[in-house]
Amino acid sequence: MARCVRRFNIQACVVQSASHMRYLAILLGVSLACAAQTQPELDAGRKLFQTHCTVCHGPQGDGGKGTNLAQPHLPRATDDQALASIITFGIPGTEMPRTRMTQQQLASVIAYVRSLGVVPAEPLHGDAQRGEQIYRGKGNCAQCHALHGRGGTLGPELTDVGARRGPGYLRESLTDPEAAIPDSFTSYQKITLLPDNFLQVRVVTADGRHHTGARVNEDAFSIQIRNTAGHVDSFFKEELKELHKDWGKSPMPSYREALSAIELEDVVAYLASLRGDR
Amino acid sequence: MNLRALAALVAVPLIAVPLAAQVTTERILHAEREPGNWLTYSGNYQGHRYSPLDQINTTNVARLKPVWAYQINDPGQFETSPLVVDGILYISEPPSNATALDARTGRPLWMYSRPIPPDVRVCCGQVNRGLAISGDTLYLGTVDAHLIALDARTGHVRWDVVVADYTTGHAITAAPLVVKEKVIMGISGGEYGIRGFLDAYDSATGKRAWRFWTVPGPTEPGHETWAGDSWKTGGAPTWVTGSYDPELNLLYWGTGNPGPDYNGAPREGDNLYANSLLAIDPDTGKLKWHFQFTPHDVHDWDANHVPVLADATVRGKTRKVVAVANRNSFFYLLDRATGEFLLGTPFAKQTWTTGLDDRGRPVLLEGKSPSLKGTMVYPGLHGGTNWFSPSYSTPTGLFYVAAREEATSFYLGVPEYHPGNFFSAGGYRGIPGLEPWGAVRALDLATGKQVWEFPLHSPPWSGLLATAGGLVFGGTNEGHFFALDAASGRPLWRFPTGGPVQSNPVSFVSNGKQLVAVAAGHALFVFGE
Repeated sequence: MARCVRRFNIQACVVQSASHMRYLAILLGVSLACAAQTQPELDAGRKLFQTHCTVCHGPQGDGGKGTNLAQPHLPRATDDQALASIITFGIPGTEMPRTRMTQQQLASVIAYVRSLGVVPAEPLHGDAQRGEQIYRGKGNCAQCHALHGRGGTLGPELTDVGARRGPGYLRESLTDPEAAIPDSFTSYQKITLLPDNFLQVRVVTADGRHHTGARVNEDAFSIQIRNTAGHVDSFFKEELKELHKDWGKSPMPSYREALSAIELEDVVAYLASLRGDR
Repeated sequence: MNLRALAALVAVPLIAVPLAAQVTTERILHAEREPGNWLTYSGNYQGHRYSPLDQINTTNVARLKPVWAYQINDPGQFETSPLVVDGILYISEPPSNATALDARTGRPLWMYSRPIPPDVRVCCGQVNRGLAISGDTLYLGTVDAHLIALDARTGHVRWDVVVADYTTGHAITAAPLVVKEKVIMGISGGEYGIRGFLDAYDSATGKRAWRFWTVPGPTEPGHETWAGDSWKTGGAPTWVTGSYDPELNLLYWGTGNPGPDYNGAPREGDNLYANSLLAIDPDTGKLKWHFQFTPHDVHDWDANHVPVLADATVRGKTRKVVAVANRNSFFYLLDRATGEFLLGTPFAKQTWTTGLDDRGRPVLLEGKSPSLKGTMVYPGLHGGTNWFSPSYSTPTGLFYVAAREEATSFYLGVPEYHPGNFFSAGGYRGIPGLEPWGAVRALDLATGKQVWEFPLHSPPWSGLLATAGGLVFGGTNEGHFFALDAASGRPLWRFPTGGPVQSNPVSFVSNGKQLVAVAAGHALFVFGE
């Protein structure tokens, strides 16, 4: 195991700890060695993924008709045993089919799927504790963002942002928010239920009132937007004179000038430390 | 009206209504004579999904409200198109169940529940799109690839035959079509490398009468369009119910993608009869003609659509035509006696051709095939439209289609066939920053020209129903069931059902009142005044 971790400094190996592998081995009735996480095995996993999985989960595993697998925590596959079970038996009542694989193939594809959600390790230069003080004080981040369900609603929840995003992405989000707007909205979901891209919307009602906010939901006949006070305004489209969607716009200010270079690194370090743990 | 006449009017139904449904071929052939019923998947053999009822019309549709709803028993996708026979609705429920409902109250009269093996393989959900009826027997295809005959009075099984081996990816999701004494049944499995076919079974016994292989074998014409052994896993499934012309005695049935979906390298050639419309003699199973919309498809653009049969004046000459709005974003008119290409024009955005040549073959643009880096193409994988039904109104001459405006990136993958595993050899994803949308479009059937459109927030998965009341009913992913003015596309009524509409609406009469039914979310909703 140590050799494995040293050679592939990725979470996949850490996640696939001995105990997890033992459970998987029990499930499969075979013995799976750490060799399953060697680079050739990850390559084999990638090839299997491309053969069986990309059709729904996308070529990078970041979602298509199927769910986004490029995330650190898979809600249905909390451990490798669960993931093996899903691949082997499918998910009844959904479009996830069962797939026949040898035990070795299964181990390879699990290793590859786990590697998809690993945020690349990058050095952090700041102090997370100071970053937290800036988050809560000078930065006023909680006005728009929430941690563990507490805070603002105008921007994404950040409870586990450090597990999902690398320091480079976090740094760019702070200095150039519009470069980091999520673009993975509903475009390839079969059924649109809730958009998740905080699209900025401006409307003018028939009687001349102006409203702005982030789109919460929309259909052919209506749109719901959350304003800066957190209130949801709901309109039938026939009540509107104008409806503008500001693609690529973010209400988030740039912190390039508001924070010093050191302070920015502190906030990055704090955000990187947020991994969903309580 | 004098009292004697009134008495006769009242008395006749009491005497004439049989104890159990007896749906003869004659009744289906003349479905327009009994608009209060819905006797076959598309309402008539011509694939029109049109109701001659006009009690609900442009002047009163605004008052439409739910009369009853029926909640299904399984949480799967609910895509049924009900049959309605003499006051009873017959619906299928996911995965492969059937239920009879009292049309007046929505109360179940019986249920047939089929245990499904845990290892069935269906590419896109364990769904069922409807039943067929002949005499007092209902026919149901199942996701484990059986065809079952049920007693329409009780739901008891009369016979149960294996259509194909489900462990190799065969499944049935389509409604069967009854033609004379045969039950025509299509097959799903285009993502599993099956070899597609269309079957006919004796409606009384379940004995197979014929099988037409949609991928020709070594001695058959068309086999030369497949490289090597690629025909063995060639796909071309038949997963959407076809149409029938009793005068020409021809079945019209669409076929799906070749296998593997996205990597055409192992299957050089046109890959007949994938992505085609087939005209088949229902008595013998012999192919009369074929037309291939998308030769050597690498974008999964199945031609599994309900073909619409009509008479149209094309370039000054009246023709018997078959109209198809295809997943590849072109609208086609063919002569349905000969298969001759008459016209083809895009009804949704397409970026893969410069158009069609004078025989209807697409003139391909370079660089539109799937690639390792991804190739963006309109239409996307799910097409300019999909399996859900179009509707045709003879009075307006308009062909109504729910169109999808969505590009995807197509990726090349590794073609590796294992029986029972996905055999797509690639994948797709949406285009970041490009929000897809949809529309209900009215096309002049004779020219394919758009007359109006009603925009939808997202690409639809709901079919359409036009009525003699001057209305077009449709649904949205976001859960609205709505009515448009059939002449202008103006929205006249809507109801938020709370669940996505992924089904085809029907209309019928119960107790003298016109009702409209649609499956949405996990319920069947029935609307009336």
